[in-house]
Amino acid sequence: MELLSLSAVELGTAIRDGRTTAPEALQAVFEQIARKEELYHCYVTIDREGALKRAEEVQGKIERGELKHPLAGVPMAVKDNLCTKGMRTTCSSRMLSNFVPSYSAEAVTNLEEAGAVLVGKTNMDEFAMGSTTETSAYGVTRNPRNPEHVPGGSSGGSAAAVAAGECFFALGSDTGGSVRQPAAHCGVVGLKPTYGTVSRYGLVAYGSSLDQIGPICRTVEDCGVVLETIAAPSGACIRDSTHIRRKDTDFCRGLKTDIRGIKIGIPKAYIPEEDDGSGLTRDVREAVLGAARLFRESGALVEEFDLELTDYAVPAYYTIASAEAGSNLERFDGIKYGYRATEAEELHRMYRQTRSQGFGPEVKRRILLGSFVLSAGHYDAYYLKALQVRALIKKAFDRAFRRYDCILGPTAPSTAPRLGESLEEPVKMYLGDIYTISANLAGLPALSIPCGTGAGGLPIGMQLTGDCFQEKKLLQIGCCYEQISPFKAGD
Amino acid sequence: MDNRIINQDEINIQDDTIEYAGILAELALSSEEREQAKKDMGRMLSYIDKLKELDTTGVEPMSHVLPIQNVFREDVVENGDGRESSLGNAPFRKEDLFVVPKTVV
Repeated sequence: MELLSLSAVELGTAIRDGRTTAPEALQAVFEQIARKEELYHCYVTIDREGALKRAEEVQGKIERGELKHPLAGVPMAVKDNLCTKGMRTTCSSRMLSNFVPSYSAEAVTNLEEAGAVLVGKTNMDEFAMGSTTETSAYGVTRNPRNPEHVPGGSSGGSAAAVAAGECFFALGSDTGGSVRQPAAHCGVVGLKPTYGTVSRYGLVAYGSSLDQIGPICRTVEDCGVVLETIAAPSGACIRDSTHIRRKDTDFCRGLKTDIRGIKIGIPKAYIPEEDDGSGLTRDVREAVLGAARLFRESGALVEEFDLELTDYAVPAYYTIASAEAGSNLERFDGIKYGYRATEAEELHRMYRQTRSQGFGPEVKRRILLGSFVLSAGHYDAYYLKALQVRALIKKAFDRAFRRYDCILGPTAPSTAPRLGESLEEPVKMYLGDIYTISANLAGLPALSIPCGTGAGGLPIGMQLTGDCFQEKKLLQIGCCYEQISPFKAGD
Repeated sequence: MDNRIINQDEINIQDDTIEYAGILAELALSSEEREQAKKDMGRMLSYIDKLKELDTTGVEPMSHVLPIQNVFREDVVENGDGRESSLGNAPFRKEDLFVVPKTVV
């Protein structure tokens, strides 16, 4: 049995059926890491010993019938901004190079209780700020589909690890597309849940009103199973006041692949015929329209429509995200944990030197902007204005979902850029998030699925966005697409 | 650069604006970083100014998409004694204390 070609759910079944074991699966992953990791650099930290020990433990529990979860024994990777008790958590920043959390994120705990085996922590853009994983303080990650290109970001290490077979599934975090866009660029499946579905306890905050943890997997079904596991309320007390504790977290039960009668809307602004500045390439446009044709042939009603205010999402997003980042990252002051500049003898000078040396350029760029838009005299004109526009954008989506079950579009305007091409022009890089950020502004669930291949063998992803709490519908449409489409996640 | 990214003159950011933002953000910028920051912030603000095209009179600002309310729980310790693991992350410690630079000059 070629273990690495299995999905997470298939592997879990094989382990429970006794066709393989958790340590064998982990061994296959480590062999793949030995072959590929030096080139791809998906991980910041790999915990070989801890994982081996854990795999043995889990195998014992499975054999004694104590663990029956579909993910028991399945090797996973976790983005390095999710706290892992006793394991270094760096956010790919110099600021946290030596930070060892004293607790684990709730999403991680849920997966560990289910028996998933943590292989290590994946590379990312520093503090999740970036779209290419090039702002990491620990070096770039390469796209396993074409190593001259970036894997996308900010959860680039997670997406690359899944695509490279260096784990069977991974967790990412999505503030403006950071799960979906790297999934699209690496040819795997990524899901951002409805805001509040997954507890953010233990996720190092970037934009708190936008952040959600989401799965990156080889199949839509895997995404559903991982989401069920991380969304389930656990523990006696609520540690994230925005966590909704949904009752409908059985996302996979009775999952149908029949999409007859489902209404799918494509915003005209997402598929302009001529490049209007969004940078949409022809191959991406063709691939998304090709998927639309397949949906139509399967009995869905697909039509183009005018989604209002699409041009305003990126400026509103960067105002809000920078403001929240500026506020959240105030905590990194060199006192209780993380990096401290040692040369300053006075407290405030120490703060400034610590932060100036500990943060990279992209983080500084955003917290400076965030501090500016929140400052007295500019707060109303920038920050409040952006929050008002956010309310209008949410209303525009509410209107769209009265007519459609889901909205279809590209995940990113182009395939993955070459290494080193993106960071020079920040506004242009930010515009690459044009299709994904609305879901964060409006709190909506959105799923990215591979739907084609562009130049250089680079994958193309399409995005299905649903109304709040409609993950199941997205997974259903996604599963249907996997069956009818010629493109599969993974090689 | 195409006209959708910047359709007006870039906003000119003055030294004192960056100085002020730097103080608020607790960042000490080198002169090179300051020049780059002026340029970057100018571009971003010119772009963000697009929001001003929209009339938002009377629109309630949306800081969260879902209604947020306080969540209460019983005031009992659940995390146990995390003293060692917390202090273990201290850049500088003396016994059970975090060591900090002089705070009163």
